[in-house]
Amino acid sequence: MFYREAGDFKTSYVDDNQTFPIKFDRYRYYVVVAVAFGIIPFLINDYWANALLLPFLIYAIAAIGLNILVGYCGQVSLGTGGFMAVGAYACYKLMTAFPDVSMFIHVILAGGITAIVGVLFGLPSLRIKGFYLAVATLAAQFFLVWLFNRVPWFYNYSASGQINAPERDVFGIIITGPNAPAWATYLFCLIFLAVSALIARNLTRGTTGRSWMAIRDMDIAAEIIGVNPLKAKLTAFAASSFFVGIAGALFFAVYLGAVEVGEVFGIQKSFLVLFMIIIGGLGSIFGSFAGAAFLVLLPVVLKVVGADWLGWPTDIVAHLQLVIVGALIVMFLILEPHGLAQLWRVAKEKLRLWPFPH
Amino acid sequence: MKLKLATAALSALMAAGPALADLVIPDLSYRTGPYAAGGIPFSDGYNDYFTMLNERDGGIGGVPIRVVECETGYNTEKGVECYESTKGEGALVYQPLSTGITYQLIPKVTADNIPLHTMGYGRTSAKNGDVFSHTFNYPANYWDGASGAINYLLEENGGDLSGKKIALIYHNSAYGKEPIRTLEELSKKHGFELAALPVDHPGQEQKSQWLQIRRDRPDYVLMWGWGVMNQVAVQEAANIRFPMENFIGIWWSGSENDVVPAGEAANGYKALTFHNVGTDFPVFDDLQQYVVDAGKAAGAGDQVGTVLYNRGLYAAVLAAEAIKKAQELSGNADITPAEMRDGMEALEMTEAKMADLGLPNFGPTFSVSCTNHGGDALVGVTQWDAANKTWSLISDFKPTDGEVIGALIDEDSAAYASENNLEGRCN
Repeated sequence: MFYREAGDFKTSYVDDNQTFPIKFDRYRYYVVVAVAFGIIPFLINDYWANALLLPFLIYAIAAIGLNILVGYCGQVSLGTGGFMAVGAYACYKLMTAFPDVSMFIHVILAGGITAIVGVLFGLPSLRIKGFYLAVATLAAQFFLVWLFNRVPWFYNYSASGQINAPERDVFGIIITGPNAPAWATYLFCLIFLAVSALIARNLTRGTTGRSWMAIRDMDIAAEIIGVNPLKAKLTAFAASSFFVGIAGALFFAVYLGAVEVGEVFGIQKSFLVLFMIIIGGLGSIFGSFAGAAFLVLLPVVLKVVGADWLGWPTDIVAHLQLVIVGALIVMFLILEPHGLAQLWRVAKEKLRLWPFPH
Repeated sequence: MKLKLATAALSALMAAGPALADLVIPDLSYRTGPYAAGGIPFSDGYNDYFTMLNERDGGIGGVPIRVVECETGYNTEKGVECYESTKGEGALVYQPLSTGITYQLIPKVTADNIPLHTMGYGRTSAKNGDVFSHTFNYPANYWDGASGAINYLLEENGGDLSGKKIALIYHNSAYGKEPIRTLEELSKKHGFELAALPVDHPGQEQKSQWLQIRRDRPDYVLMWGWGVMNQVAVQEAANIRFPMENFIGIWWSGSENDVVPAGEAANGYKALTFHNVGTDFPVFDDLQQYVVDAGKAAGAGDQVGTVLYNRGLYAAVLAAEAIKKAQELSGNADITPAEMRDGMEALEMTEAKMADLGLPNFGPTFSVSCTNHGGDALVGVTQWDAANKTWSLISDFKPTDGEVIGALIDEDSAAYASENNLEGRCN
């Protein structure tokens, strides 16, 4: 009824190619952006920022990054945790070496450094693929974590091997450290997420994205029609690691404030982000958001319902959480292997025809 | 919808919190995950003591205590969530029982003006209250532990450790790395040779480390382990027939969980401690009467008297004493977190006070001051008797090498202060 293209005339190619071709959808998107930027910062408190919104925003950036590599380019990676650690440690070294530089620049540079490291570890992908590549990236995961644990230069020779985010600002507003206001940290991450999503969306529908998808669908055929696999694979690794690095830097500097590499950026993190994109939907920007939201919010909601309302013992709630999240993942994979993004697509198709499906 | 309801419930809780006039103690416990075996007894002891105070005395100073438990699973992200969700309820003191979460909370609690008590864990240099205004780690810290172990070995060797080889097997994390610097200093001072062997989380894989120990034949092995790592280490030590009486664990590597799996072979294993073991104290009669028999015990109620239960109990005792002190100082029964902090800073535990509480010689005597947030650093040693399945205190609480540790603490806390632009506040 309201969700349809009838009457929404496109008069140029630009209009025709836009991300949200349906007027209703477009307005919905504007509303979401307006609420996220214009309303939430005024309502936010520490709990909402630190328990829900920051992890969601940061994981969404990481998921977008991994989705470029796995979902769009078809290169399976289990090194996300390690690459996030590169972003975090790069950011830490930059923050402590150049205290007067804006956090924006530190985070972007951290992403750039991670992109270089990602390209290095992406080199094996030129020779190997599938499970074998997964194992190679797994090696990256373990090597990077080991490196940050082993070489004291990375943690500025502190006694415990922890890195702590000192207080840094952007245009005089404190972004990191305990005195950072919730709205500032939230907006800082939100800006990065919004820009990342925009860049990723436009990368994936342009030439670069098409060559990634060609490699994903059949690399030999792609090579025959003139896609350079070296360029396609390495750009995918670079773009992916760039976003993952930004996520790692934000995760350390803005969200946690103190990081111990083995605990925070272990193999668990790689799997978590991989689950996010599988549940959210491979090869979809919306899927990265949906997957991150699902895996960040669900445990908190279950905890609030189980422990705070029903007053169940916390250990039972924690165990139930594992059971429920696990069961939901299995259910999703059976009922909708293409993830939440596909559910959303189907819902939109249905909405288009509603209320006259025939 | 769920989320909206959750918010509604949360804000309702937050609104209702302060009006009820109770002393809110958050318990960031971990009853799940790889470290649950250590987290459960500690949390049970912590909860049970407060339950007993509520049942027996009606709280502290007439105000009931409300313990809010939050499951962290020893995970820093969940720890942050727990902290944020409980701090709004007027939480008086945090006890995260995790060095990783402690590092995260140190700046946060300082900004939010809530005290943090990390008893025998966390950041050692937090002992310097001049820099760390809201963090307390009395009665003892890791560097005291390291020095306590070396002092004990000195005593055993007639005051001379030169030429001896000591290996440190440690959890490769912030926690495990803490003692290395102190041990290095001590090795210079006493002339022993130190070899540090890291074990990665969670610690099931230690074959190569113990192979190295077997090859290098150190005279003593010290261990900084937690969770499953401890059991595996004790088992591996037994496998290579390392003499158990030369194997000393830190207090987090000295509970029943760690030695029972190895059976007879673990006999003679030693561990450091800063509190007494067993149930031979009058307070346990009250616990039995008001908590266990009344069916109000936390968890399964089967942990009473284990080492970590006693540690949780001791943590609760110290928190309760600090609350009493804070009530006395401020004149309010329903104290605020800021008053709690002042109470902790003025805390003094004497032998008479401990006896009054039904815990004679349960812990060392110590006092806290503005510059000293770590107490008097007295460390004892316990030993495991596999036949009777009991720990016993074999060396009483003795002073540690304040000279070496003090210098290191000054150095590390000065680094923290300059990193964070902090000024000393105790002049």
